[in-house]
Amino acid sequence: MSILTFSITRAAGEPWTAYLPNPERATPQQIADIKEKYHLNDPLPEQYIYWLKGVSEGDLGWSSTASMPVTKALATKFTATFELALLATFFSVIIGIFVGTISAVRANSAIDQGSRLISLVGVSIPVFWLGLLLLMLFYRELGWLPGPTGRYDVIRFHAENLNPHTGFLTIDTLLNGKFAFFWDVVRHLLMPAMTLAFTSTAIIIRMMRSSMLEVLGAEYVKTARSKGLPERVVINRHARRNALIPTTTVVGLSFGGLLGGAVLTETLFNWNGLGQWSGAAATNLDTAAVMGFTLLTAIIYVLANLVVDVIYAYLDPRVRLG
Amino acid sequence: MITGDKKGTGNKPSTPVGQDKTTASQKYKTALKLALAPRIREFRFSFHLMSRSVTSIAGMVLFAILVVVAAFPWLFAAPGPGFDPFVIPQDFDRPVPEPPGSSGFLLGSGQNGVDIYYGIIWGARISMAFAIQVVGFSVLIGTVVGLVAGYKGGAIDELMMRITDIFLSIPGLILVMAIAAVLGRDLSSTKLALLAVWWSGYTRLVRGQVLSTKENTYIDAARASGSRELKIMFRHVLPNSWAPVLVQGTMDMGTVVLVMAGLSYLGLGAPHGYAEWGVMVQEGQAFFVPGYWWMTVFPGMAILVFVMAFNLIGDGLRDVFDPKMRR
Repeated sequence: MSILTFSITRAAGEPWTAYLPNPERATPQQIADIKEKYHLNDPLPEQYIYWLKGVSEGDLGWSSTASMPVTKALATKFTATFELALLATFFSVIIGIFVGTISAVRANSAIDQGSRLISLVGVSIPVFWLGLLLLMLFYRELGWLPGPTGRYDVIRFHAENLNPHTGFLTIDTLLNGKFAFFWDVVRHLLMPAMTLAFTSTAIIIRMMRSSMLEVLGAEYVKTARSKGLPERVVINRHARRNALIPTTTVVGLSFGGLLGGAVLTETLFNWNGLGQWSGAAATNLDTAAVMGFTLLTAIIYVLANLVVDVIYAYLDPRVRLG
Repeated sequence: MITGDKKGTGNKPSTPVGQDKTTASQKYKTALKLALAPRIREFRFSFHLMSRSVTSIAGMVLFAILVVVAAFPWLFAAPGPGFDPFVIPQDFDRPVPEPPGSSGFLLGSGQNGVDIYYGIIWGARISMAFAIQVVGFSVLIGTVVGLVAGYKGGAIDELMMRITDIFLSIPGLILVMAIAAVLGRDLSSTKLALLAVWWSGYTRLVRGQVLSTKENTYIDAARASGSRELKIMFRHVLPNSWAPVLVQGTMDMGTVVLVMAGLSYLGLGAPHGYAEWGVMVQEGQAFFVPGYWWMTVFPGMAILVFVMAFNLIGDGLRDVFDPKMRR
């Protein structure tokens, strides 16, 4: 994995460009300095060792697309993407679990058919098109939500002079006591979050429906019913809790995927997050950025899996941590 | 050879008596019929199962329409003589986008008289060809590599799985974008980039299937009766491992088009003016504020229909191949 990312940095273009702010205007002296500093004149295996050392100390080079060091870019853009991913996952989990449960309890009813159709559309729809449709509806026709202008209203942002504590705009605006600005930030969040949520909702509905159907046929559900428990208790306490276990995996993976940044949605909404940046970086062969981004996604996936395992232990008493 | 003879004799008892007068070719035909009969019956039964589900039928109808449009686009929208049929013809006398139903523009027009209807029709051909090539080659490579890796095991397996690991470790879309950007911004480099990333998924799928299939006793039987390794792999292991690949391949036909459209939308696929749905949405995006909705709505809908058709069929196939649902 690390060897692969290393090869990418060395294979595409001149490696020293990944460490300079503006390589076009670099003097030969600067280039020589950089080559000396990052040991680029040494044989490749030695370069690899030095590169690993640099990475472990947080030096991932210079991103030309973000015009800042990769580590700094990762940190600032991650907060933007995190807010978006969290809200999108929140929407999709609430709707997905609710609709999936009803769909399974009333299998083959009109509600079930409808929810299956929605989930089919959800996995088939091009997200950039869905986002555009939402923009047409909520921005152009109804005027309820702001257009694709990123995370905030730029004029307001410069007027408010925000004191950044965390980098999460929703939290920062509240900490600064600027509630009108908070509302603006939330309004900017809504549409891209809805766009992202649609696809993951579709997947969660599917998963929830199929695992719920499986659970409803199980012996302990029959037992619960024959005990004379009200149907609501059977569904909520006995069936749904067990059906949630496989769904958790899907939620965790989709959250991890969203954290990695949604290139298309972020590009459409001009969202200054990981997705837009990594997309631009890949298109412009900003190798240092692609490398740093790849590293970050790997870490996110590992963490997402860890969180899923912890939730497993909470949901399923047969799983014990430790 | 021995196994072949055995099979022949094994079939004989079931042939009707009194066939000694028939000629050799007739005999051959009957044998072929008998050999194929279970396959045909199986296929018919699968088709019957498919046709019981409304959604599968919907998928097949959409699929049939798409195939006809993709195969004969000139019947629906004739290209101008001497022009590249994949570039949407323009009418510079009508530069302002016109709404659907304007004379000559069934689904409206874009900037400089670009016919949206024409783009949708020829876009079907582009998408279909693209998907068939990417999925077809991916399945081919993935099947062979996965089969060899799963069946042979050992060092070959280890090496091949590490190679697929590498492809799985980088976020797919980013890798595709990087490769496409290196190769140049056109549709054929996008195709290559997708292919480079896509095959590894099939390799894993086939390998996993093969690992469980090869443990079956009929594989031992084939080996005991002296079949060659290659024959076992392709006659016995592969047909019994292939159902999930078919399902996945069908679904991926849609997914590939979804990704292709996304990349074109980002400027890494078809060039401007092309009859490709993603690029058409991108071109229309700037025009939704003045209210020229048809420039984005129709091409996007085409993508949705295309992807949905293959998802519907894939779902149907999965149910058909699922032994639990089968009998």
